Amino acid sequence: MHELSIAASIVESVIESAAAYPGARVKEVRLRVGALASVVEDSLQFCWELATQDSPLAGAALVIHVLPVIVHCDACRADTEIAGVQSFRCPKCGELAADLRQGRELEIASIELEEPDKIEEPVEEHV
Amino acid sequence: MTTRIVELRRGILKKNDELAAGLRQQFTSAGVLVLNLVSSPGTGKTAFLERTLRELRARGAQAAALVGDLETDNDARRLAASGAPVRQINTHGICHLDAAMIASHLEGWEGVSLAGLNYLFIENVGNLVCPSSYDLGERIRVVLLSVTEGEDKPLKYPGLFNSADAAVITKIDIAEPCGFDRELALRNVNEIRPGIRIFETSAKTGTGMDVWLNYLAEQAGKA
Repeated sequence: MHELSIAASIVESVIESAAAYPGARVKEVRLRVGALASVVEDSLQFCWELATQDSPLAGAALVIHVLPVIVHCDACRADTEIAGVQSFRCPKCGELAADLRQGRELEIASIELEEPDKIEEPVEEHV
Repeated sequence: MTTRIVELRRGILKKNDELAAGLRQQFTSAGVLVLNLVSSPGTGKTAFLERTLRELRARGAQAAALVGDLETDNDARRLAASGAPVRQINTHGICHLDAAMIASHLEGWEGVSLAGLNYLFIENVGNLVCPSSYDLGERIRVVLLSVTEGEDKPLKYPGLFNSADAAVITKIDIAEPCGFDRELALRNVNEIRPGIRIFETSAKTGTGMDVWLNYLAEQAGKA
């Protein structure tokens, strides 16, 4: 249900980042979304179309890479991927593992731009 | 045409996260313990909060509440009966509260200053999905589950249950007629959020409220 707010935040953020490359068109936006991030992929794709139409991102593809949950097991002293999100137990020893190392990500990994040839390099800002 | 890939690695909710971090800092320096209450609609968040506010006041603590709903100020009026300052946030269709709504409703809240409070409760919109992504600057996220909802709720909504710091089972006074399987419910909560503190309460009879209030006092002491 909140996928429209998420899509709108992505659009805002990508337009801001793409502004450093004048004349470029955003072809693809790639996300990293954890399996526990409470985002429904189909719903986000649907909202992406709504959020991008009539924007500079119209027609850009949204690619969602889902990251599995990784827990740290104190007993095994290891980070292990768990299958699904129904039980937070170390798959090796079966102990409950509360320490989550991956699975809540909700981030824009990268964007793919299409630029006209011979465009000047953007001026890098050094702080 | 040439193609260029620009690595961003940027949080989608970065703006909310930054705003929430600012609020958290503000809460910490004011010494107020902030809790975000999340559950399905109908779990009894408001009744539980009403009793909590009333009992905190009886113990001499200063507590206030922000309450989120899509429409109406019914909950704010109910909670105000406890004597605590309460402010309603109407989201007009938005399914969750975000940090900006908290910041704007803390401003100009007549008679309330953070420094004068021991506790601030934020009652989120009744929803077990969307609120999990939005940090409100709280120190403790409390998920509530009533005995009428089914013991498998944690398994159905792992994203939210796994993000909680404490769990409250409500309406425990009607557990028996509802055929509530207590062991199974506790096991399911623990399977999704191992080691979480679980409180079994009834806002109607007061069962379990002491344990909950002692936990609050203990947490406030850690500030």
